[in-house]
Amino acid sequence: MSHYTVAFAGNPNTGKSTLFNLLTGMRQHTGNWAGKTVITAEGEFTHNNHMYRAVDLPGTYSLYSNSADEEAARDYIIFEQPDVTLVVLDATSLERNLNLALQVLEITGRAVVCINLIDEARRLGIDINLKAISKRLGVPVVTISARNKIGIEALLDQVERVATGAFITDPMRIIYNDEIERGIAELTPMVEQMIGSKYPARWIALRLLDGDDSLLASLKENIKSKEIPEAKEVIGYGVTC
Amino acid sequence: MSGTSIPLSEAKNGSILCISAIEVQGVLRRRLLDLGFVVGNIVEVLRRSPLGDPTAFRVSNTTIALRREESSMIYGELIGGVEA
Amino acid sequence: MESHVSKGSDSLDSLLSVAKKLADGGAIRDEIVSGIYGVSASICSDAVSYRDKKKLNSTFKLDNIVTSKIWGFPIMLSILGIVFWITIAGANYPSSWLASFFGIIEGYLTAGFQAIHAPDWLHGVLVLGLYRGTSWVISVMLPPMMIFFPVFALLENFGYLPRVAFNMDRLFKKSGGHGKQALTMSMGFGCNAAAILSTRIIESPRERMLAILTNNFVPCNGRWPTLILLSSLFMTGAASTGAFKTLTTASVLMGMVLIGIVVTLSVSWVMSKTALRGVPTHYTLELPPYRRPQIWRTILISSKDKSLNVLTRAIVVAAPAGIITWVLGNTFIGGESVLNHMAAFFDPFAQMLGMDGYIMMAFILGLPANEIVLPILLMGYMSSGAMVDIDSLSSIKDVFLNHGWTWLTALSMMLFSLLHYPCGTTLVNIYKETKSMKWAVLSAVIPLGIAIGVTYAVAQLARIFGWV
Repeated sequence: MSHYTVAFAGNPNTGKSTLFNLLTGMRQHTGNWAGKTVITAEGEFTHNNHMYRAVDLPGTYSLYSNSADEEAARDYIIFEQPDVTLVVLDATSLERNLNLALQVLEITGRAVVCINLIDEARRLGIDINLKAISKRLGVPVVTISARNKIGIEALLDQVERVATGAFITDPMRIIYNDEIERGIAELTPMVEQMIGSKYPARWIALRLLDGDDSLLASLKENIKSKEIPEAKEVIGYGVTC
Repeated sequence: MSGTSIPLSEAKNGSILCISAIEVQGVLRRRLLDLGFVVGNIVEVLRRSPLGDPTAFRVSNTTIALRREESSMIYGELIGGVEA
Repeated sequence: MESHVSKGSDSLDSLLSVAKKLADGGAIRDEIVSGIYGVSASICSDAVSYRDKKKLNSTFKLDNIVTSKIWGFPIMLSILGIVFWITIAGANYPSSWLASFFGIIEGYLTAGFQAIHAPDWLHGVLVLGLYRGTSWVISVMLPPMMIFFPVFALLENFGYLPRVAFNMDRLFKKSGGHGKQALTMSMGFGCNAAAILSTRIIESPRERMLAILTNNFVPCNGRWPTLILLSSLFMTGAASTGAFKTLTTASVLMGMVLIGIVVTLSVSWVMSKTALRGVPTHYTLELPPYRRPQIWRTILISSKDKSLNVLTRAIVVAAPAGIITWVLGNTFIGGESVLNHMAAFFDPFAQMLGMDGYIMMAFILGLPANEIVLPILLMGYMSSGAMVDIDSLSSIKDVFLNHGWTWLTALSMMLFSLLHYPCGTTLVNIYKETKSMKWAVLSAVIPLGIAIGVTYAVAQLARIFGWV
């Protein structure tokens, strides 16, 4: 049996914890307000003979280090490098929710986008063209309703495909305006040279352009701790890369 | 419907505005951007709290409440809803 | 590769300065976010269609009433009142059933101990101490908590709590706190210790500290039953019965919650003008769409969680407390039990606050968990002579009356319970979260001071005006 790590990311109050509880059988308290999950929880689940370690990240609106929660979620995705990052979105406010998905995709392509509350959206007369979204994002996109247990199997199938590498993702890359792109082009090779190819150089370059001091601090700390043992490599079980 | 910008805090309930400027810096600006208060985005003024403040705004299909301190720094052009 | 890594952390700074030169000013962040936003919007316009925008906004129609100028606050208060009413009306009978059930079992246990000629002290420790303490906590706590929390969870899952925060924000702002303090206070209804963790949703350290310091003024899980029991026994007038009695009890509880809120706001105000001075930080609050809760699942999960919680606390805290209280009540020094000595020691002070030495001692011994305050008190009273067979709720009142209780005693104990220091677990959490002994101590001392001040004032007033 192989082991994979799945990180659950998403806006606050998108039903992320409900899905997490459903899969892991844990009973984290859930409620209808933003900021309910304050502590990162971990659980396990299996699907098709694969074991998954599930990590529930704090609900965040973005990964741009506006708060301790956002830094924690960001650091987990960058430094722990989960095999799959599951981005849970609220079908009833996709426009804002997609921002976070796009930010995650800039860091890692090993992602599955999961549009939750699809029953609620249907009730409100919202039609979502999955194929179109999936094509633009370049990663699997699944609609589910965690509370009514709709679409869970299909979701886990996609998680498995990304985890095992059966699905070669082609994550969307946002093209910014010329000034930013020029900056990125100049910085990316320097970043790569300095910290290796283990971390998403383009994204780090982008964050440095934005003057993200907290990311810099996290990078320093992680590079220092990585110099001694290579403990973190174990989690990947050779699946990464 | 003139082209002049007013702060969101001055807009009447029910009015719809197109954001033209955000005059805050730092973490709050980042947070507002994340929530959809981005120049060019459409905002509807929903209602005031029973005690007069904060105000609930509809932006990107979500409802966000802001205090006067914040909403007075966001400017928008009136494009619909109730007459100014 | 390794060599790159080792020099990496030093040269990262230079990288940032290069980046800052390239970025040239602060506008870049906006450009990045609007870039992302543009992409989101274009994906949505391709892939998402709204059949009916009106319908989408209909989820918020309820807000027109729930957060309206006229109805916002009345609705909030009536919902609170209804929740209390359901809790009291529903818990009354199961509580007495449980009490008499445990009473019958106790009879058998006692008979069993006599049959095997067990020594008196063993029967005392195990049956009168451990068993009674535990069964007391269970029969007084379990029914109200199994009703209150599922109802509360339904409200929470429906999405009502953020509306409360929206309605009340102005009050918090005036007192220097954060609007989300209303959310952490709501968590306090369940458990102050857990609510301390939930204050993490408040990002500004100053406002978070206010929320931590004042969370105790929301009665928790462990204090509800005390408040409910005392108000239903002493605050409803002799003649009232049935629905009217339930109604007055509910109103008294609501009064307690309102007092708690007033104290919260006042303490926040004073602190933000003194030790925690500063400008209010930014505030954004999302009002999620209302969602129909999954009624049965919510009720089942929440009542299961709560009953497990109550049962574990009963065993972990109430059982040892029961034993200790029994031992204290049956160890004699100079003809008086240790318990009586202690009660006598605290009595003069407690009398000034409208209470007696036993009550004060119960609060002190109850520091580890508020649940055990009432059981300790009852056991203290019972070991002090007036043995009453407690198998119904009304006989509790007799125990109290035999010890000279009046409505003032009950009111003082309720106020003290509402306002005094938080339980040990909460204090530990406060220390862990603030990493400051000073604030952990203050969060016990400030409430204690207020509790003493308020009960002293009430007791003196009542005596001066001759109400008692």
